[in-house]
Amino acid sequence: MKVSLFITCLADQLYPEVGESVVRLLHDYGCEVDFPELQTCCGQPAFNSGYQDEAREVARNLIRAFEHSDYVVSPSGSCTGMVHHYYPYLFENEPEWKSKAEALIDKMYEFSQFIVRVLGVTDVGAAFPHKVTYHPSCHASRLLGVTEEPAELLGAVKGMEFVELPRKQDCCGFGGTFAVKMADMSEAMVCEKAACVCETGAEVLVGTDMGCLMNIGGRLNKEGRPVKVMHLAQLLEEGRRA
Amino acid sequence: MAEGAVAGAAHDPAAAAIGSGLKKRTKEALANDFLRKAVAFTTDKLRSGKLNATDEFGDWEAWRERGRAIRQHTVSHLDYYLGQFADNVAANGGSVYFCEGADDAVRVFMEIARRKQAKLVAKGKSMVSEEIHLNHHLEEDGIEAIETDLGEYILQLAKETPSHLIIPAIHKNKRQIADLFEEDAGRPFEPDTKTLAAYAKQKLRNYFLEADIGLTGCNFGVAESGSITLVSNEGNGRMVSTLPKTHVVVMGMERLVPTFEDLEVVLNLLARSATGQKLTTYTSIVTGPRREGDLDGPEELHVIILDNGRSAQLGDPIFQDVLNCIRCAACLNVCPVYRQVGGHTYGSVYSGPIGAVLTPLLQQDMKEAGTLAYASSLCGACYEACPVKIPLHDMLVQLRHRKVKMKLTALPERVAFKMYQTMFGNVTLYKLATKSAYYLQKPLVRNGFIKAGPPPLSGWTQSRFMPMLPKQSFRDKWAKLQAELAAKKPAASGGADEAKGGGAK
Ligand code: SF4
Repeated sequence: MKVSLFITCLADQLYPEVGESVVRLLHDYGCEVDFPELQTCCGQPAFNSGYQDEAREVARNLIRAFEHSDYVVSPSGSCTGMVHHYYPYLFENEPEWKSKAEALIDKMYEFSQFIVRVLGVTDVGAAFPHKVTYHPSCHASRLLGVTEEPAELLGAVKGMEFVELPRKQDCCGFGGTFAVKMADMSEAMVCEKAACVCETGAEVLVGTDMGCLMNIGGRLNKEGRPVKVMHLAQLLEEGRRA
Repeated sequence: MAEGAVAGAAHDPAAAAIGSGLKKRTKEALANDFLRKAVAFTTDKLRSGKLNATDEFGDWEAWRERGRAIRQHTVSHLDYYLGQFADNVAANGGSVYFCEGADDAVRVFMEIARRKQAKLVAKGKSMVSEEIHLNHHLEEDGIEAIETDLGEYILQLAKETPSHLIIPAIHKNKRQIADLFEEDAGRPFEPDTKTLAAYAKQKLRNYFLEADIGLTGCNFGVAESGSITLVSNEGNGRMVSTLPKTHVVVMGMERLVPTFEDLEVVLNLLARSATGQKLTTYTSIVTGPRREGDLDGPEELHVIILDNGRSAQLGDPIFQDVLNCIRCAACLNVCPVYRQVGGHTYGSVYSGPIGAVLTPLLQQDMKEAGTLAYASSLCGACYEACPVKIPLHDMLVQLRHRKVKMKLTALPERVAFKMYQTMFGNVTLYKLATKSAYYLQKPLVRNGFIKAGPPPLSGWTQSRFMPMLPKQSFRDKWAKLQAELAAKKPAASGGADEAKGGGAK
């Protein structure tokens, strides 16, 4: 099975190790992974700020990048959600591009979605003897409907103590430019989220989106908390090697 | 106390600085611990109550879809149903006034009040009368208006405006309310719900009897009969609409349902979404003024139907659905921004996610009020909660887009996104830009983090550390990773094609 990785601009630049984990894991399941060089970003930063024309041009680049892929897998529910939910709207008036966008949607999956729904794997044979809590990102869970998959994958990890995150359904306050534009609102939200994470006593906070994890982790770091922040793919891949 | 300042700004209709005051009001709200505790506590309660009430209701998603369909049908045929409703109100002996703007509605009300030589108006809860700042005009004309909803009454004593659609005084705790009552009664009060409610009830009782006019809103008008539906948990709506000799209804033009069958659906959705009740304690359905032989009811019934920016949304492919709103406040109760800052921060009668969408649209003001569209992280909790499925998160993005199209965003931001388009639209430029970013960040990095960045990054670093860009991006590492994997056989049993169903192993 041929799979292309959509790394997302954030993970490409700041969290390359997340991409490495995804690729290693997919490779372990016999996927032939490639990395189309042309890709950059899904356009979400511009789209969510109201700059739809700018977003559209960046979206075109992404569509071109994956035109010849069979499957596209991304370690971000947010970027996958952007493509699934807003690309058809962006190209509403350009039938040719709209059908290209729809073709991308048909083959594009968020990481945990792909592992569970396409590969049919829920137990990757990982062991992770730590106390872990999980933050369900808003876009992964609400926009894309990815709720069961991460739970199933985490549920099969051996030796792991899982603690439910209080108020898990509340946004962490990232929201892209929201964190900068409405810094005070965002701060209040991330502080409450970080407090909830600390309340669990977990050593590790795991998630499916580096945007949210960067936000919560950035707060935990500033507060000097010892909680480690990991992408689900990192946890699973590390757990397989253990 | 900070609240006074917040309320002061919200109370003055001239203080239209909704957008430019947003950051200041946010800071004030965030500094107010009482407000934050009270808002968080009550919204949590309402939210879990709602979840219980919807769980036991069977297929909630199917109910939402029914609600959405009813509202969308009504709003798409609003002219027809408004006509039918108005005809039926008239046939029942009431009078109907269609008012385009707030001024018209105020004028119509004042004319009725003058004709009736009214001195005292008893008000049931009505957001629309807040929208047109009716209290302010009554005061100017020397007419006393008494709020008879407990929450509204508390705010009247505090000289504040509502900060929630259904729990207007949500930002106050019991002690603060007891303080207000102490001042009013000149005697001490225990901060206990029963005592406080009893005091208000006893004080308000006389007003119902003495008032010349009872003024209410309208939760839903029923087109097929010309009836007005009022829901409340205190029964004040029933008193206000039956005891005074004149009953005036002020309602938004979209608050209709075609039939009683539809009413049943939306009332169920409203009560469950709002407070987690199956139905509110009182549901009054008023059809016309008192008829011969009726034991109670007003002699006159006047219905003021307000447009005030609503009809501008009709036919709009993106925003028309905002008129489907049934004002249940479920979106406020789940909103993580509302939770932190409360309702006054929005600077308008309608707060929370629905307020952030509705206010700029009704006021047709993208410049000031349009700024509210940024008071959201776009988490989508509002859409998930909305019983009539209004895609508020999408509308917020579209409002931002409107602002961009109207060139109302700051020039540096416009330039930045043009640069973004150029750089992220072309991988060669992207690589160049990200490489230079690695070197540019260096003076800012301390122990692997950016802890104090220049604006706009400072908005981030005021509360979080920013990880530094590593020397090698994923794409830089790709060749090496590929070589590593080429040397290694897949570890999991079988290939990807056999892996399907591997979860069972
Ligand atoms: S937008 Fe939806 S959730 Fe919010 S008040 Fe209106 S009906 Fe209720």
